[in-house]
Amino acid sequence: MTTEPFPDQAPARNDLIARIGAGHLALAAVLLVFPFVASDFFTTQIGAYSLIFGMLGLSLMWLAGYGGMVSLAQITIAGIAGYTVAIFGENSADVHGFGWPWWVLVPFAVLIAALASALVGWVSVRTSGIYTIMITLAVATAMFYFAQQNYTLFNGFPGFAGVKAPVVFGIDWRDPMPFYFLSLGVAILCYLAVLYASKSTFGLTLQATRDNQRRMRALGYDVTMHKVFAWFLAGIIAGLAGILLVWFNGRISPGTINVGAAINVLIITVIGGLRHPIGPFLGAVVVILMQTFAIDIVGAERFNTLIGLLFLVIVFVSPDGILGLWEKAKAHLAPGSLRSDI
Amino acid sequence: MAKQDTNLAASRLEGTGACALELSGVARHFGALIALSDINMRIAAGERRAVLGSNGAGKTTLFNAITGDFECTSGRIQFFGEDITEIPAHERIRRGLRRTYQISQLFDGLSVLESVFLACRGVSRRRFSLLRPMDRDANMAQAHSILHAVHLEDDRDLLVSTLSHGRKRQLEIALALAGAPRFILFDEPAAGLSPTERRDLVAILNALPDHVGYIIIEHDLDVALRVSKYVSMMHNGRVFKEGTPEEIENDAEVQAIYLGGGHG
Repeated sequence: MTTEPFPDQAPARNDLIARIGAGHLALAAVLLVFPFVASDFFTTQIGAYSLIFGMLGLSLMWLAGYGGMVSLAQITIAGIAGYTVAIFGENSADVHGFGWPWWVLVPFAVLIAALASALVGWVSVRTSGIYTIMITLAVATAMFYFAQQNYTLFNGFPGFAGVKAPVVFGIDWRDPMPFYFLSLGVAILCYLAVLYASKSTFGLTLQATRDNQRRMRALGYDVTMHKVFAWFLAGIIAGLAGILLVWFNGRISPGTINVGAAINVLIITVIGGLRHPIGPFLGAVVVILMQTFAIDIVGAERFNTLIGLLFLVIVFVSPDGILGLWEKAKAHLAPGSLRSDI
Repeated sequence: MAKQDTNLAASRLEGTGACALELSGVARHFGALIALSDINMRIAAGERRAVLGSNGAGKTTLFNAITGDFECTSGRIQFFGEDITEIPAHERIRRGLRRTYQISQLFDGLSVLESVFLACRGVSRRRFSLLRPMDRDANMAQAHSILHAVHLEDDRDLLVSTLSHGRKRQLEIALALAGAPRFILFDEPAAGLSPTERRDLVAILNALPDHVGYIIIEHDLDVALRVSKYVSMMHNGRVFKEGTPEEIENDAEVQAIYLGGGHG
């Protein structure tokens, strides 16, 4: 089914290393050491930011890769969580800012995001393919303009500034290294959850619904309910990413959830690959590196051109994104492999 | 004619008690096209019936109406005494109705075992479980025994998309057998099968528990008549004749329309 990018190398079944996968362990080591060798800039602007957008991509990968539902509203769902944190927590805009403690605020914001996601799902699940994309694009656009023009709730164009990650256990989670590890922890949790859920009853149901809705109905499944529930779960991931994003930026405004950002999430996911939950994280690293440094290479006006070209090249060479490239490379490098058909 | 058929079926069922499926005045129109018209049918629990008819006679549309894939334009459908005309397709399945499709409707991205497991799980209460199924899971055990029954055990870990046509047809049947069905609709299960596979199919159908009834649409009369005791003939969206295989074979009207005039 889903292709493991880091397959078990050792034959021993009960060997812990073999079960976790050598690739996973190597990756974990790199991610743990990274903030100690990298500068603060790299730790947050590249590391944490990639992890956050990777999570957004992951929520899309769950819907699109397993469920066949391509959504452009993931940044909108994240934005709803972000706005919830700004409105019910503390902000410096003098609008709302109820100052709820983080341990009420975070679950509340995630729940609101998940419910909003389920609502978007409920509206869009009767459609498929391009129409799902169009409906979710409409939702994203509508939400952007609503947030921009509504001052009572969303404080309009300026949005909310002064949104801070809390100080817990004496650690200021706004500091680069704690924030990186917070993002890493949440991202790993979401990644493992999706990896596990992909083979759970519900995960199989979702993939089967993607393959053949009509047959799923003929097996006794309420297809609409299952899809809406998948949206709810995707909303949890996007909501967590949204909270981290608003803490990362320290602010949220309509610009955070505009159509450009919505498309960015899609590009990240497609560049990374939809076949495995690691894909969106790979995509996020590549795109965010590009966004950060393309300006130095081609100038501020042309960096989108470079990202666009990269997108075209990857999609053209490998429809499965970077994951697909990895698969191709592995087939060529496999020792003793004489097969030329892959 | 239809009225007469209902009487015939009703009289035949007298004394048998439970009626698995009862259709009264079922019709389905697609715009001006009348795909089904005034279908009346009574099928006893455990009864095995063949529905024959030329292409376009409305056989598959009849199945779609019964399972709820299409809504009926008019008429009522009762399943074990309960009116199921208005209830959604998946709820009908949970009441013990199953079907197979003329063109295999499978899950290309799943393995054979996962597909059958989902079929078993679909009618259980743990459909929304976020846990991975254990090896000792009851539905997993059911899936294994069904795969054994349809001779797909060796292929259980293969991706469905890699199966041959014959294997896919077997999986179609396996999905319909999952989760204690009470009544199954088989839509041309033998289409495209080799003679050996056909023999296997007949054996599988004949090995079903006695209480499981079915309707089988089958162009291969050899198969149809070996697995059913009673035949309904359809033509132009109507049931125009019902009877035992012998009666149908010897009926002049049937011969004219379906078997080709002059054959005996």
